[in-house]
Amino acid sequence: MDSLHKRIIALADLHGRTRESLLPILQGVVEYDNYLSQKSMVEISKELDLPASEVYGTATFYSFLEHRKMGKFTIRVCKTISCSMKGKNQILLAIKEMLKIDIGQTTQDGRFSLVETNCLGWCHKAPAMVINHEVFTELTPEKVRGILGEYMKKEI
Amino acid sequence: MIEQHLLLKRVDFIFVQDTDWEKILQKSIHRTKQELINELISSELKGRGGAGFPTGLKWKLTSEAAGDEKYVICNADEGEPGTFKDREILTRVPYKVLTAMAVCGFIVGAKNGIIYLRGEYKFLEKPLKDAINEFSYFCNKINLDFTIKIFMGSGAYICGEETALFESLEGKRGEPRNKPPYPSISGYRKKPTVINNVETLAHTYTIFKYGAKKFYDLGVQYSRGSKLFSISGDTPKPGIYELELGMSLQDFVDEFGDGDTKAVQVGGASGFLVPRKKFHETAIGYQGKLVGISLPTGGSMMIFNSSRSMYNLLDNYLEFFREESCGQCTPCRIGCQQLLAGIKAVKKGERPAPYLDKLLKLSETMQYTAKCGLGQSVANSFASIVENFREEMIY
Repeated sequence: MDSLHKRIIALADLHGRTRESLLPILQGVVEYDNYLSQKSMVEISKELDLPASEVYGTATFYSFLEHRKMGKFTIRVCKTISCSMKGKNQILLAIKEMLKIDIGQTTQDGRFSLVETNCLGWCHKAPAMVINHEVFTELTPEKVRGILGEYMKKEI
Repeated sequence: MIEQHLLLKRVDFIFVQDTDWEKILQKSIHRTKQELINELISSELKGRGGAGFPTGLKWKLTSEAAGDEKYVICNADEGEPGTFKDREILTRVPYKVLTAMAVCGFIVGAKNGIIYLRGEYKFLEKPLKDAINEFSYFCNKINLDFTIKIFMGSGAYICGEETALFESLEGKRGEPRNKPPYPSISGYRKKPTVINNVETLAHTYTIFKYGAKKFYDLGVQYSRGSKLFSISGDTPKPGIYELELGMSLQDFVDEFGDGDTKAVQVGGASGFLVPRKKFHETAIGYQGKLVGISLPTGGSMMIFNSSRSMYNLLDNYLEFFREESCGQCTPCRIGCQQLLAGIKAVKKGERPAPYLDKLLKLSETMQYTAKCGLGQSVANSFASIVENFREEMIY
């Protein structure tokens, strides 16, 4: 049994094997692998005795359940109006320049992925972004460079 | 219609400390269910998530629904652009929300409560769990059979729609159901369910603590009480403010604008844009609604000064809706795509200006035919922006 399979069994033991357990299990896989591979979705469907198409259909509905391979740290920059007004584009530019990737891409070393996202709920402290679950607000290009610098030092 | 406008008045109920929650909980469950429902009904509290359904009536209907298996759900899927108040409530006064859920459970006969927390607020999960643990310990102590758990969302605006939220809780795509049946009869797991916004629950705590009158005395007819407003955009003091309902938008802008306010978006992307010339005649509340349509008053107030392009604003909203439409019904799925493509084409000169009128008709069709509030409300911002700032859409 490979580790993915073991983890899915552990998640199913924890959350149950009903349809209602599907989202927490999908979230659990993303937490570890950063995305849902086709293999993981098929494994989950077997474990919960659901058609793989149902698992895929549910997973792809939710924007945080990525089904493309993602880096260890997913940077989500808010693009909704308040952040957009307060300099979201300069933030994106700073990230793109520093990491040499475009929106939707992952760095060669698999450390960072960059995506845009809808309202994060920090409009009063715009512009905002999240890296995995960590929130950063009132961003400036310098601040972003500092934050990414710290993430570059983290072990992956 | 209300003619009278209130002066802008700051209120402080919601964020008053929740350290007396044990007392409030015990006091409340020693009253009769009928008494508690009457208290809520006489406060005239309406849903603070946007739709404005009378809370007392909602609880009453669920309490009268047949069946032993019922649920209390706290909607913390705060996704409307420009809204961030629920996060603050759950951060600063979580016990008010938990207490309100338990009292609701006591009234309607539910033993289980669920907080549906949006994925973007994952960082709140741990502190909230700690609060729930302490809360459960006390419930056990006083023999109150009520359990609360957290369910995490995963980034889908539509799951804030109550029936989509039930689908999501049931492990499915967050696609809204047909209504009726309403949640009070058939909600989560097709069982009678009370589903309330975080802020609504926090207000019930105030009402159970001080009595209905203190709440009712605030606000104006049909819009009683106070409300949290999430204020962002071109303002020197962005943030969360509790204000009395019924204020005029002019007073609001005088207080929170930067002196050059061109327009205010009331109610987020699904709300209405009000241009400067209409500030005086616009009141914030459930009545005195802007263009005769029921306006969601979730509390999002986005302020724009004269440096802002209203075309960019509409473009941003439509892109948001196009991405967040669940895709289930055709008017919304195709409508959002076509509205966005349409305004882009007019802006580029690929379509003549009168094409905007066709798009307005399309948005009206969506309002009548879309299955849920998302698709129905796209017309709110679309029509209010295009009609008030038509020249900016063209040139």
